[in-house]
This record gives sequence, C-alpha cells and structure tokens, in this order.
Amino acid sequence: MMAATTHYLDHAATTPMLAAAVATVHAALSEVGNASSLHTSGRRARKQVEDSREQIATALGARPSEVVLTAGGTEGDNLAVKGIYWARRAADPRRRRVLVGAVEHPAVLDAAAWLATHQGAEVELLPVDDGGRLRPGAVAAAIARDPTDVALITCMWANNEVGTVQPVAEVVALANAHGIPVHSDAVQAAGALPVDFGGSGVDALTVSGHKLGGPVGTGALLVRRELDPVPLLHGGGQERDVRSGTLAVASVLGLAVALTHAVEHRAAESARREELRDLLERGVRAAVPDVHTVNAAERLPGIAHLTFDGCDGDALLMLLDARGVECSTGSACSAGVPEPSHVLLAMGRGEAAASGALRISLGRTSSVADVQAFVDAIAPVVERARAAKPTAGPVGRR
Amino acid sequence: MRVLAAMSGGVDSAVAAARAADAGHDVTGVHLALSRSSPALRSGSRGCCSREDADDARRAADVLAIPFYVWDVSERFAADVVDDFVAEYAAGRTPNPCVRCNERIKFAAVLDRALALGFDAVVTGHYARVLNGPYGPELHRAVDDAKDQSYVLAVLRPAQLAGAMFPLGEMVKTDVRAEAARRGLSVAAKPDSHDICFIPDGDTRGFLRRNLGERPGDLVDESGVTVGRHDGSHSFTVGQRRGLRLGTPAADGRPRYVLGIEPVSGTVTVGPRESLATSHVRADGVVWGMGPSRSSFDACVQLRAHGEQLPASITVEANQLTAELERPADGVAAGQTMVAYDGTRVICSGTVSGPKGRMA
Repeated sequence: MMAATTHYLDHAATTPMLAAAVATVHAALSEVGNASSLHTSGRRARKQVEDSREQIATALGARPSEVVLTAGGTEGDNLAVKGIYWARRAADPRRRRVLVGAVEHPAVLDAAAWLATHQGAEVELLPVDDGGRLRPGAVAAAIARDPTDVALITCMWANNEVGTVQPVAEVVALANAHGIPVHSDAVQAAGALPVDFGGSGVDALTVSGHKLGGPVGTGALLVRRELDPVPLLHGGGQERDVRSGTLAVASVLGLAVALTHAVEHRAAESARREELRDLLERGVRAAVPDVHTVNAAERLPGIAHLTFDGCDGDALLMLLDARGVECSTGSACSAGVPEPSHVLLAMGRGEAAASGALRISLGRTSSVADVQAFVDAIAPVVERARAAKPTAGPVGRR
Repeated sequence: MRVLAAMSGGVDSAVAAARAADAGHDVTGVHLALSRSSPALRSGSRGCCSREDADDARRAADVLAIPFYVWDVSERFAADVVDDFVAEYAAGRTPNPCVRCNERIKFAAVLDRALALGFDAVVTGHYARVLNGPYGPELHRAVDDAKDQSYVLAVLRPAQLAGAMFPLGEMVKTDVRAEAARRGLSVAAKPDSHDICFIPDGDTRGFLRRNLGERPGDLVDESGVTVGRHDGSHSFTVGQRRGLRLGTPAADGRPRYVLGIEPVSGTVTVGPRESLATSHVRADGVVWGMGPSRSSFDACVQLRAHGEQLPASITVEANQLTAELERPADGVAAGQTMVAYDGTRVICSGTVSGPKGRMA
C-alpha cells in the first residue's frame, strides 16, 4: 500500500538537501574546470574549492590545511582508522593496538576488523554503559595495559542509532597523556552539536555532506597537520597527498553551503528538534506505555530510539511505511535483512529485546505534523506487530 | 484484497505478483531470506537464496511499482526444512524439502505473519489452482500439467489454502516468460531453478556428508549376503542404480538397485529391478482437502514430484493411507509425498512410510 502523504522521519539516514545547496551545486555543474588544471578555468575551480575549504574549516573550528575532502563518511572513517594505523605502525612497529568503541559505526568497526584480519592489528572493543556511552574507565584501563603499543583510539562524537553523545573530551585527555592519536566520527554530530575540531583535541574527525543538507558522496576528514595518514587512494595526491582523485567541485561547494548553514542555525534548530523529539517521546509513552527509550544524559537532539517488546522492528517499519511514516530499525542491513543491532547488544540488551527497535530521526524539514503522524500510528502498529510475532513453541506448525 | 507476494527473484513469482496487481489487489512484495550466509553471487547452478536473487526480486518489484521488503526466515527455514531434510536422510527416508517449505514456511510462518500484519493472502508463483468447490477451496492441478506443482502443495490444509493465491495456475510457462518480457521484467529469461535451493551446487551427497559425516555400513543382497561396503546410507535413495560401487557382481550380471535402507545398522539392500516394483504403498499423516473424508475410494496417485499418475484403490485407516496400485511402481521411497487425485483435484496426501511389507 502506498500512502498519500509521506512523513519522513529518517533524517539520520539522509536528509533533504538545503535549497541553497541545491542551487549552488546545480549552477556549478554547468561549469568546466578541473581544480588541478593550471589554466583560467582550472584556477576558477580551484578557487571555489579553496573558498569552500575555508568555509568548512571555519564551520568546524579547523584550519583549512586540516581539511581533507573525501567522498563521504565511510571514506573518512576508513582513511582515519587505516591510514593512522599504518602511519603509527610504520613509525614504531610495536603500535598494533586499535582501541574502538563498541558502538561505532560499521565504517569504523569494519575498517578496524579488516586491520585485525589482514594487517596484524589487535583490535580492542571498548564497552559502553546501558545508555550506549563509552566507559572512560575502560579506555583508561586499556591504555594503561601498555600505552606504547596503542596505534590509535577511535570514539564517535554521537551514536547514529541511539543518539548518545560520547565522552570525547575524556578520551582525548586520557590519550593525550601518552601521545596517542584520537579519531572521532562526527557524521551525526556535525551541524547538530557544537563541534570544534581545534578545541576538542581530537586528531582526526569525520564529517559527511548528506547528513546535514549537502549532497551525497561528499565529506571531509579533518586531520591535524602533524599526523600523516597513509593514503587509501593513490594517483595524483590532490588532497595533501593523503587523498587522490579529481575534486568534485560542485559537491564540495554544496557541502560548504550546507555545513555553514547548519552550523549557523545550529543552536535554534537543535532546540527545535529537541522539542519535537521530546514531544514524540511523550506521545509514544502515552500511546504505548511499555516502550523503552534510551537512558543517556546527553543525546543528539534529533534522534528518538524506541524499543517495543514482543515484536520485530522490520514489521513495525513495514506497517508504518504503509501508513506513510518512514523511519528505520536503526541497524545495518544485509540484502535488506535487519541484523540484531550491535549497538543495542553492546548496551546489554538481549537479542530478543533488541529486535523491536525503531530509530526516528528528525531533521531541518521535520514538523509537528510529522511527529503527530508517528504518534497517531504507533499504538495500532505495535499492537499489530505484536500479534504477528509468534510466541514460543514449534515453529510454523498448525 | 491486501496480498503479500513472495518473490524469489525468479520469473514465476514476479509474474504472479504482477497478475495479482492487475487483478486489483493491493500487492506488497517480500523476498524470503532463507539463509543468512548466502553467497553474494550465484555460483554454478541457480539457487533462490543468493543476494543476487534478492536483488532480482527487488528490481521486479520496482518494475511493478509495489512496496518491497526482505523477510528473514532463515532460522525457521534451517530448523523446519534444512534440519528436517538432514534428519530424514539420516532416518533412511528421501524427503522433499519443497513440500516442507510450503507446509511450514510459506503457508505457515509467512502466511501467519502476513495475516497478523493485515494481509488477506500470500501470493506465490506456484503452478497450481485453488478453485471454489462445494465445501470450500480445493487444490487443483495447474493447466500446464508439465509444470504442475500441486504435488508439493498437497500437504496444505484447507485453512492454509484459503490464504493462498496462485495466479499462474491457468498459465503455461512459455506464456509466463512472454508476459514477463512484455512487462519489462529483467528476469524474463532467467533459468528455472531445479536444484534444492539450499544446495546450490547440486551436490546433495556432499551436503549430507558434511552434515552427517561418514556412517559406513554394508550393502547386502536380498538374501542378506554382503556384496559391498558404503560410507553412509544417506548417500542412497530407494530406486538408485548409479554409484553403488558393489564389490561382488550379481550372479545374473544384471544391474542392481537400492531396494531399502535400514538407517540404524546402515545396511543398504540392493537387488534386481523387479524387486523394486511394488503395488502396495502406505502413507502416514494424512491431510485431506476440502470435503468429506472417506474410508475407501479409487483415485490416481502421484508418488514423486513430476512423477506419473498411477490408478489405485485407496483405503484409509486411522491416519494411514494404503494404495493398491493397478500396475506396480518402481522405486517408491519412504519420505516422499503420496498425493491422491480425482481428476485435477487433490483429494488427500500423506507421507510415504514404505512399500508394504518391506520397511517400517
């Protein structure tokens, strides 16, 4: 069934492009010019890229020379985790330990796992509390075992499934004492929380364009000058010799416009989203009193994570979709099959308890009407999904 | 009606979904993920649970402009179909996993979930017909008799049939392919699947060896004389001739066939073709189609998928069917389904427990 109107509540997956960013990208797409070319058109393209780089740096509290433009969050995370590991190991072969938060995005987790299986890394997953927040004590203990063999620590700014803000400052303080670099995936945080690269003390930070109103396929890794990650991509060295590939001028312009807008409007917009989120959570609690929410002191303003006992998230999603309400189960999919969320499992929820999860994520275009549509739909949807979940007993027999 | 179309990624289920939509139903497509560790791409012969098959199903749903989801039924499939398949071979029987999948997955777990989620029926690309009879929905053979799949659906109970929709029952396969091409479905020329979907390389013996290990035993003739050794009775099926690797040739020099399998001792009995023939077949676990059950009647029975129909007189006692065949049949294997037909209509079905007098 296709519903007449759509209430899009999956902004953490991707969010509509800002109109100004669309206009900028659209205009730039018609212009010729490789930013590496030496002639007039090339210089014009280069100027646009460098103007954008300065805007991106300003928006995130970085220096322009610290901005490595990428094709998105996944590339940024891979470049940081693999590139810093390779560089640190090359400088001292004992540095093989990679400390990774257990609730990191798959772009970080899978990159680290690949280092473990193919590059001799020793990956340690650091535990979180029941609200999904990394335990600083565990970080301290992991470092203390041998501070000299840690290649890097990676700790996301805020979690993409449950929205929990991570103790980045505490991790940085622990790591700094031993000169260990820290990478932070700020894909969900940028534009939603105050993210100041220079002030944060992190050594590398990933952002992505399409999560904050820019185009898909663009992003940046902010990297301190002292740190030279080994490149993933070779062939031209366009970005500081850390990243090769012709720069996508139009996309970079769109990223800069969207990021600048998001940061400039952040305080008011985040307060608005937080109000909508609280409205949604209150409404859901009234409609389905036994809903579980996330117990964390600091959360992203736009993410509500809900778990309903005795039903499957994919059934909830399908039923909501049929009513024109679009959200996510929050976990990664393989061929469209929802896997149990590694985030919820790390938070100590059992596989059964983790199965009835929904992530509702709000964005710039979200309205009270969208929230109300979800709140209106959720009680009958949960009731129906619960009826569709067979209780224990022989499977499928009548 | 709101209907759920199970889309395997093949041409039949895609056209079935299309026809359901044409008939005015509100169709939602689902691909059933039967295995979590499916290979990303097909290798060798076709399966129906690879990532590529899921993608084919998704593209077909795109063409039909219907919503599409993937349902993970891998745990149930492993328990109810794959484990059952292995256990049946271990018990000396020859299971039909498609029958089990229809009985316990497609028209049980999936249908139950669909009904609970607000759908009225499950649509599949099976070649069979559900017709309204005087007592309710009846299962009939497909118009395309060569493609008929009523045999693997005959185990469905009336309540399951009531929630089943088979839009291809009136069609012939060549027309289905032509229709798929006309609709712009990229699976129009996709080869049919013939193998067991969870054994995509077609090596059933290798699959059983991996799951059951070596279980050596004797090959004996009908008089009980050992004529060879084997490394697992599960490698055999009644009626099999090839791969017996007999140490001693038969006295008459004629080929020998597997006559019976005794799973506990692992003894496999072999003998001449005549000894395979049986006129008496018993089946347990009778499932009746709509209508009054009877204690004796004449019917045509089918004893294997796409097998011929054999005239028989049938008696029913307790939960057991006994068929007296007009002409003896060869290689009746325990574990297969016996389906009794009145013309095109399925009267009842049961699971073959053995030719009378030979096996338990």
